[in-house]
Amino acid sequence: MENTSRRELFRIIGGSLVLSAAGSGVLSPALAQHVHAEVAAVKSLSAGPNYVPKKFTRHNFLTLKTLGDIIIPGASDAGAAEFIDFLSSHNDELAAIFNGGFGWLDNYMQKTYGADFLNATSAQQTELLDKLAYEKNRTPETAAGVHFWTWTRNMVVDAYYTSPAGVKDIGYMGNGAMKVFSVPQEAVDYAIKRSPFANEG
Amino acid sequence: MFQVQRTPEVHDVVVIGSGAGGGTAVKVLTDLGHKVTLLEAGPMLDPSKDFKEHMWPWEVDHRGVGPNAENYFGKDIYPFGYFLAPNGFWELPGEPFTVAEGSSFRWFRSRILGGRTNHFGRISLRFSDYDFKPQEFDGLGTDWPVTYQEMSPWYDKAEEFIGITGTHEGLRSAPDGKFLPPVAPRVHEQLIQRAGKKLNIPVIPSRMAMLTKSINGRAACHYCGQCGRGCRTASAFSSSQAMVFPAMKTGRLNIISGVMARELLIDSSGKVSGVSYVDKATRTEKTIRCKAVVVAASACESARLLLNSKSSQFPNGLANGSGQVGRNLTDTVGHAVSGVIPALEGTPRHNSDGIGGMHVYVPWWELDKKNKDFPRGYHIEIGGGFGMPQIGTFRKVAARSEGYGAKLKDDIRRFYGSQVNFSGRGEMIPNEHSYCEIDPAQVDQWGIPVLRFHWQWSENEIQMVKHMHKTFTDLIETMGGHVTSPDLPADAVKAVSVGGEIIHEAGTCRMGDDPKSSVLNKWSQAHEVPNLLVVDAAPFNGNPDKNVTLTIVANAWRAAAHLAEEITKGNV
Repeated sequence: MENTSRRELFRIIGGSLVLSAAGSGVLSPALAQHVHAEVAAVKSLSAGPNYVPKKFTRHNFLTLKTLGDIIIPGASDAGAAEFIDFLSSHNDELAAIFNGGFGWLDNYMQKTYGADFLNATSAQQTELLDKLAYEKNRTPETAAGVHFWTWTRNMVVDAYYTSPAGVKDIGYMGNGAMKVFSVPQEAVDYAIKRSPFANEG
Repeated sequence: MFQVQRTPEVHDVVVIGSGAGGGTAVKVLTDLGHKVTLLEAGPMLDPSKDFKEHMWPWEVDHRGVGPNAENYFGKDIYPFGYFLAPNGFWELPGEPFTVAEGSSFRWFRSRILGGRTNHFGRISLRFSDYDFKPQEFDGLGTDWPVTYQEMSPWYDKAEEFIGITGTHEGLRSAPDGKFLPPVAPRVHEQLIQRAGKKLNIPVIPSRMAMLTKSINGRAACHYCGQCGRGCRTASAFSSSQAMVFPAMKTGRLNIISGVMARELLIDSSGKVSGVSYVDKATRTEKTIRCKAVVVAASACESARLLLNSKSSQFPNGLANGSGQVGRNLTDTVGHAVSGVIPALEGTPRHNSDGIGGMHVYVPWWELDKKNKDFPRGYHIEIGGGFGMPQIGTFRKVAARSEGYGAKLKDDIRRFYGSQVNFSGRGEMIPNEHSYCEIDPAQVDQWGIPVLRFHWQWSENEIQMVKHMHKTFTDLIETMGGHVTSPDLPADAVKAVSVGGEIIHEAGTCRMGDDPKSSVLNKWSQAHEVPNLLVVDAAPFNGNPDKNVTLTIVANAWRAAAHLAEEITKGNV
């Protein structure tokens, strides 16, 4: 069973379905669990240093990786930049949002600090990002960057939390097979104690 | 001109459509020894290839947005997300429909073996006694020609076959059935049960078409919570896997997929003699001859087919002497409110997948209350828990949180699992302003005239949605939470779902005892054409707050069994 490929497992499941329709067998929870585990086993999502960006210049791609890790530490390893590059290579509207944004970002940084985003100090990077991220800090000079910022932030969040690292970080423990569904009493007690029903017994 | 090909062979029964109604007809008729030919507008289904159950988002480069980032731009190629079962579309290329000026309507159409049962919510509720006799109950709507007592044994059969979770509660608004064991309530669901107790709102185990134990050769559920993606083990019910595939093994079922029914053909005696259809791949016109036709193309498609089957004997469309085909169109009244519950923040992590969807729900609880602002009622569907993160899962919390870095990560970690959603599913009473008809000026890519929809919510539904909004807010606040959805707009009709949006269309070929005011008799047989049946939600005389699928199956089972008898007796 250990060497069974995913494709093979799906074929087995398909076969089980046919069998079960005839009433002669059902897919066992153990097999289902094995399938879930096999499907979950994947390598790092970051393509590594030799990745050639599909739609962005190398410089802009590295800018995106840096931005990603500032937004969500670990986003780069979770393949956030590759995700955005991939989709931009399939959608011109998205590519325009990002390429336009990179252009605006470096231009703003050059004018303000004399260095592009990648070569600016982390204090300078943060100074700008705080102006983009918080409504109260926004100025007419940074207004044009907010759209790009919002897109980057949303897509980095999406990429990270749809990666194994993100799933682990928030503690999603599902996508497995169980014989019986149960709810840990510890979790129920935790929520009840913190709720308005705490004193109801 | 199209090339018309004729098959000389006369088939026993042709069933049009393979969803809940058509699948049931196929199962019942083949089980009883009849030969059936099934026409399906979509392709065959292969669960091992077509279902994306078990997949993680990172297994595809686009993580579920769509290969061209479709969902980021509001494009609808995957109406309920990339990972869901192939289910259908709000817009079908080359197959338009029109909406009359001043109306809004959305029409979800499936084009695949099993239709919408491959992905539906699997909420399976019996209609109540008063749902079959609404006029007798409160003077509104039209009574069915069958009673709950007559339908009850067919609900039994349907439930014992499909497999439905539940508990005996003795509530008139939620009749008990033949249930499989329920599933333990999740943490947020237990909080909601406590809130319900305070507010005198019953929160009972849900009635869902998932197998909490193995029956009828189908495996028990393994609680991965992904029923909406299609279930490879067929532990969640679909007509394709539970009805059509087994029927194929009887040797009595012939499936013709990828064909669009154009017209029902009649002979000189006024009975249906066959079906004219288009083979979509080759664009060839074909006919199939048969002794009886069971139409189950979905309420609106079935009405369309009848209305398009015009002849000198039936100038207004087949079986439409009453003029009721296409009329009395209803959908469910929908409204949803979300909230965040601080008590749930930081709940110790565990696997809360369970069966796909809710483990508890709220049946209508104010049946006997006097002086309500609206007649009838609604049930409440519940969402929450630690779901698999998807594209967009944290969009709202990210927007509220503003920041970035460790702070944003902390906010998302805290928020995860603390959100609850309440969706009201209420009864719409048929009204004269809501119906479909043939658009006089437009055809689809097969040359088949398309439907034009007319739609209007009445004051009843608007008042109901106000009640929903207040109830959901009360539930959230009783749990110590706060509502994150927008306030109810001043013009409350804007808070009601768009007609068709809840995908519970019903009522376009209503049944009744009087051929002057109804299309079908109590056996779902056309008054004017005894060898023509309609067995989807078209025969329904109303659209109670109970979701249509279980009643489609029960009614189709009863109708198909009667048809089988009539064929055996030589009456059809």
